[in-house]
Amino acid sequence: MSVSDKSQTNGAPAIRAEQLFRHYKMGETVIRAVDGVSLEVFSGEFVALLGSSGSGKSSVLNLIAGLDRPTSGSVVVNDRDLAQLSREELARYRLHTVGMVFQSFNLIASMTLAENVELPMRFAEIERGKRDSLAREALTRVGLQSRMSHRPSELSGGEQQRAALARALINRPQLLLADEPTGNLDSHTGTEIMDMVREFNEKLGMTVVMVTHERALAERYAQRLIFLADGKLVSDETNANAVGAERGRL
Amino acid sequence: MKLPDLAELALRNLRESVLRNSLTTIGISVGVASLVAMLSLGIGLQQLASRRLMKSGLFDTVVVTSRRDLRNFGRDDERTAPLPGESRILDEPTRIEIEHLPNVMEAYPDIRFITELRYEDKPHLTMVAALPSSAKSNDAFEAVQGQFFSSDIAPEVVIQKTFAEELLGKTPKTGLDETNVAVVAAPLLGKELTMRYAQREAAPSTAGNAGASSDQGAAGAAYSVVSRELKLQIVGVADLDPESMRGPTRARVFLPLKLAESLHVMQPTDLREISRAAAGSQPVYSSVSVRVKNPAEIRAIEDAIKKMGFNTFSILDATRSLQQFFAVLDVFLGIFGSLALAVASIGIVNTLVMAILERRREIGIMKAIGASDGDVKRLFFAEAGAMGILGGILGVILGWAIGQVINLGTNIYLKRQSLPPEHFWAVPWWLVAFALVFAFGVSLVSGLYPAGRAARLDPVQALRYE
Repeated sequence: MSVSDKSQTNGAPAIRAEQLFRHYKMGETVIRAVDGVSLEVFSGEFVALLGSSGSGKSSVLNLIAGLDRPTSGSVVVNDRDLAQLSREELARYRLHTVGMVFQSFNLIASMTLAENVELPMRFAEIERGKRDSLAREALTRVGLQSRMSHRPSELSGGEQQRAALARALINRPQLLLADEPTGNLDSHTGTEIMDMVREFNEKLGMTVVMVTHERALAERYAQRLIFLADGKLVSDETNANAVGAERGRL
Repeated sequence: MKLPDLAELALRNLRESVLRNSLTTIGISVGVASLVAMLSLGIGLQQLASRRLMKSGLFDTVVVTSRRDLRNFGRDDERTAPLPGESRILDEPTRIEIEHLPNVMEAYPDIRFITELRYEDKPHLTMVAALPSSAKSNDAFEAVQGQFFSSDIAPEVVIQKTFAEELLGKTPKTGLDETNVAVVAAPLLGKELTMRYAQREAAPSTAGNAGASSDQGAAGAAYSVVSRELKLQIVGVADLDPESMRGPTRARVFLPLKLAESLHVMQPTDLREISRAAAGSQPVYSSVSVRVKNPAEIRAIEDAIKKMGFNTFSILDATRSLQQFFAVLDVFLGIFGSLALAVASIGIVNTLVMAILERRREIGIMKAIGASDGDVKRLFFAEAGAMGILGGILGVILGWAIGQVINLGTNIYLKRQSLPPEHFWAVPWWLVAFALVFAFGVSLVSGLYPAGRAARLDPVQALRYE
């Protein structure tokens, strides 16, 4: 299905990237990490960005996350053009609108799981008492209620990624952006994590954009598969095999 | 991020690299200790000098003279004063009037005369001065051997050490006199001196038959001069010279004031007042010493006395120069003390830059989950500030301890030299507050560059950092 077809069936897109370019200079060489990508992701969709290493999928995700700014083009999320936001506004956008999960979990090693999960709430200036109960609730949801006072180094990879998921969702974001979330996990644990992501997508109505190079994983969970190569979008197709894919066609 | 969260995260981060941060904090504390030690020495010396001046009795004293005397202090305001002949007389009613001025503690006449004192039938000529009972607090009498006068009318004297040596036939040493006052006092205390003096006796009428009375055309003032003797007991020997600032007119033998007044010793003003035919029944004084309650009031009291038509002198100007000197000294000591803190501030910069390198990925994570540049900047500022405050507190304690040790050591030395103990080290509260604020301020300034650098970190680059 093309972008235009999707917009006709599902209303206004949650994410709209138009003629997105991100070029880096490495000495005299210009690296075209993202080279004219246009795409739309609709509210509640589960989209996978697929491609080989260096295809530009993580760069597109960083631009959607507001961690990076495009060289040209625009990324509009909920009718706000991220390229026009100040650094402070981008930080607030990351705090309240986006939840991120990374391949290497990215938990802060010196903090316990509870403290890691609490951290975004500190930035959001939520009261301490409320923070404690919300962190406990989030960790309970991912099955880590007995590991709250443990440090990340004391946990398995799967447990760390579950904690990272709890942290990503703690401020109730509208977008969940996952960069190779199962890359450092065995297949069984990876499935556990992906089941959780799908659950959040389905039960909370959260829009999910996942970067992966595992086509099988993407086909199992994502409703739409966007393929990138050399910074360009090469195909954008609906995944009819995905569990719950019919939801995207409603 | 709220302040308590900021403080909690900053302290947590400091604990993570406890050795490095402790060393940096110790560096700050040494800097603050150096600053506190230097400034407290300056302040202590200033307070010591002020105490000494206060106790000298000159710091809070205004000397009043009549303008009938020669223009003695040569000030500009005296050149415009009335002619000497037209000026007021400095007599007993005037002294009482001055004593009733606001903030005046006492006003007493300056009675001093050169006379002969006999000890074991040997005559000794010296200057004798009268002292009020309040002079007991003068620091010259603090370490007096024996005691001060038992009363204001007791026939007792306190003598100065050099005069005691003269009475004992000892030749005063030139240069630094290290003779122990106790040695010269022991054989003299309780002994008697015979003072021979010229007493002024009022003549019964203008047609008197003796002394300084005039035969014809008498204008009113007349008295006789009678030679008298008085036995006085030596009750004290003073080590220091209580009148060191009076120069050649300083006395070496001191009498109680009321006793001296009752003796009616011939004063230089007596003859002059007779020649001016202005003397009444009240005694006339050459000068009156006025002690004020608060040295800050000295200028106002001087002005009030000048308005009454008298000349005044105080060493207020001298103390102003002293304050200026100590202000400059404090600035220099502060600069030297701050040098160590400046070196410590480089340590803070180094520690925080190292922390940025080590926590690069952590900063990236924080930014990815919603921390703003401001949050990251404030976190590094908080860490710098926490090191500053901790270092400041330790530094103040260390500086205070250094002061106490030096004070103790110096007082042990003073004791061995038979000198009274002194407190020349002062750490006032304002210095503690200043040191803490200064340490905090220096730390924040030191944190400016690292905090700015951390805040500007590109989150994508930071997240890639291993």
